[in-house]
Amino acid sequence: MSITPDQPSEVSRRTLLGRAAAAGLLATPAVSLLGACATSTSDEGGSKAETGTKSATNPLGVKEDAPLEVVIFNGGYGEKYATDVHQPLYKKAFPKAEVKHQATQAVSTVLQPRFASGNPPEFVNNSGEKLIDFGSLVADGQLMDLTELWDAPSVDDPNKKVRDTVVPGTVEAGSFNGKPYVLYYVSTVFGIWYSGKLFNDNGWAPAKTWSEFTALLDKIKAKGITPYGYAGANAAYYQWNVILTHAAKIGGTDVLKNIDNLEDGAWQQDAVKQAAEAWAEIGAKYVDKSFEGLKHTDVQLRQNQYKLAFYPSGDWLEGEQKKDTPAGFEYQLMPVPSLSASDKLPATALRATAGEGYFVSAKSKNPRGGLEYMRQMLSVAGAKGFTEVVKAPTVVTAGSEGFAFPPGVASSQAALKAAGQDVFNLYFDGWYKELDTEARTATNELMFGRIKADAFVERIQKRADAIKKDSSVAKFKR
Amino acid sequence: MRHGKYPFVIGFLFVPVTLYVVFVIAPYAQAFQISMTNWRGLSAPQWVGLDNYRRLLDDGSFWKAVQHHGVLLLALPLITIVIALFFAFLLNVGGRSVGGQRQGVRGAKFYRVVFFFPQVLAVAIIAVLFQMVYRPNESGLINGVLMKIGLDPVLFLVKPNLALWSIIAVLVWQAVGFYVVLFSAGMASIPGEIYEAAEMDGASKVTLFFRVTLPLLWDTLQVAWVYLGIAAFDAFAIVAVLSVDNGGPDGATTVLAVEIYRNAFVYSKYGYASAMGVALFFLTLTFAALTLRLTKRESVEY
Repeated sequence: MSITPDQPSEVSRRTLLGRAAAAGLLATPAVSLLGACATSTSDEGGSKAETGTKSATNPLGVKEDAPLEVVIFNGGYGEKYATDVHQPLYKKAFPKAEVKHQATQAVSTVLQPRFASGNPPEFVNNSGEKLIDFGSLVADGQLMDLTELWDAPSVDDPNKKVRDTVVPGTVEAGSFNGKPYVLYYVSTVFGIWYSGKLFNDNGWAPAKTWSEFTALLDKIKAKGITPYGYAGANAAYYQWNVILTHAAKIGGTDVLKNIDNLEDGAWQQDAVKQAAEAWAEIGAKYVDKSFEGLKHTDVQLRQNQYKLAFYPSGDWLEGEQKKDTPAGFEYQLMPVPSLSASDKLPATALRATAGEGYFVSAKSKNPRGGLEYMRQMLSVAGAKGFTEVVKAPTVVTAGSEGFAFPPGVASSQAALKAAGQDVFNLYFDGWYKELDTEARTATNELMFGRIKADAFVERIQKRADAIKKDSSVAKFKR
Repeated sequence: MRHGKYPFVIGFLFVPVTLYVVFVIAPYAQAFQISMTNWRGLSAPQWVGLDNYRRLLDDGSFWKAVQHHGVLLLALPLITIVIALFFAFLLNVGGRSVGGQRQGVRGAKFYRVVFFFPQVLAVAIIAVLFQMVYRPNESGLINGVLMKIGLDPVLFLVKPNLALWSIIAVLVWQAVGFYVVLFSAGMASIPGEIYEAAEMDGASKVTLFFRVTLPLLWDTLQVAWVYLGIAAFDAFAIVAVLSVDNGGPDGATTVLAVEIYRNAFVYSKYGYASAMGVALFFLTLTFAALTLRLTKRESVEY
């Protein structure tokens, strides 16, 4: 400490340079700083949870005046359904309770620190690009077991359990290793979408078999319209979804179960390989090469401009594109066509699931309030209100009765009905995010002609094997 | 004024040093600690020792990212400095002589402002801007023109062997302006008499540049090299916003920061991501130390 104003030090260029380098160095790995917030978590949480007395109107034993914090993902469905429908329902049941509403577009950014510090909100709509990985939440014991909710009497009919008021598969969709942790609320049907108007004007009919499909694509191509496409830049999973749906139709639903359960060689099953081969050919012949560099919004817009015929997606597509869809466009859903007569499932089979996840934090102050909030959501009034606000069907069977859906959702609901029992789902992308990333990358490689089907299944299998061996990843079975 | 010197100094240093320790040093130390755990960002972390580092060794994407930093480390400073030097030379001493004073090319002042524009824009805006420039169809800035004149579009960010260079081009474009200004300042401080004397001896412009300008700019060049090297270890924002499939196609443009982000915030592997952060820390440290050692050479005093 000999440097004083009356004895100026020699700051040479070298030392200055050294210091500049050090400063830059410290600024660089800033990302690691982001991860470095407090890790000091108290694990006691649940013990101080508020409870009340159970009664006929309060079967879950909610403490009547305990406040409830609700966090809603402000995405495709907005937040209005929560503030205008569900929260008033809760307030009506528990007038003394204060409901605190918060909406965000980055769930993980806002909530991850609160979980880390042991003070999570009661009720969370965990969705969107920045959702918190469900697998990690379950593995760390952050989620409230929903068994009690599903077994509670429903709001509308005390003789009926909540689990009997929803479409079959809803409880399973949100289950991890057989325990229900997540409420998936919105009924979602996947398929390949086209414009009813474009097809009517040209006299085209949706295809049921593979030869019909390729013949149709040829006709579309001759018209100067891109026959088929998806967005490689950020939405490649729309396409692996098609390939795996196809694989399930070829080889039966166990194909997907094996994949979800990380069985050895699950990705190398014949059905997956056949589906990959078929779609690689579609990629080579009918997909515009530039789509690999486009985002889903760009590609969806091209379909609205009648420059693209077929686009794979879930039935949120119609609502998402509402602003850009020209009048009379008429979204229609076509299930993935069957490959050959020896397919295990009929042409009408499709992937459908419940989407949009909601959970109750086990370590919050008022988890019973969170469960009750879900019970209110699953009431007929809650479901009807949701459908009226966002124009999407919920998992509550009685909730969409008599509602006039727009053409796209109407067509997907009709397809779902036509599929009957042949409805299946897959889970690995929610359980193992890394496998999802690998499948996306491999799908782009396959569809844009850089690898063949063999290499496609091989590289994803390799990653699946690595995840299976990785002791730091929580494993799930169904 | 020797009396009470320490309280005075400590009084001034207390606040900045505390802030620095709390917001820089402590998180750094904690990153080292987290890298030895399997923390998922939610509950208390569990100690796993060096497992994360062992895993790094056979993580393909990690090594791909390191390799890309190698390319960036060579290409980014080299290209940027060459271009910036060329422009700075033109702007300062590339024109004719007026009254014995070397001048820049005509309109030098205007160009200097224009060159600096990219530096004023936020990195994210530049990335979004170049999304439009590189867009692979008729609505792209470059491909729109190419397709109008009947050529096939160039898939800048999609072709695996072109994607990284497309990213580097953006980084260079963004950096050049600042270094033109930096070198200009350096050149301005070189006394005019040296140029005058050299010219009288019949030195051409090329000789002037290599025998006079370059040696006298050595210190500034060194600063530029270190800064650009550190920038080459970053590149996060451009890659995250611009590249397809987050560092794709198939990892062709990925960098460490993107991998760290992915592991932490997508896979919820905060422990593993921290291990990558620590690796990046040591890579950057090694680079800075090496550069300072290698470029150590007597500077010319004037």
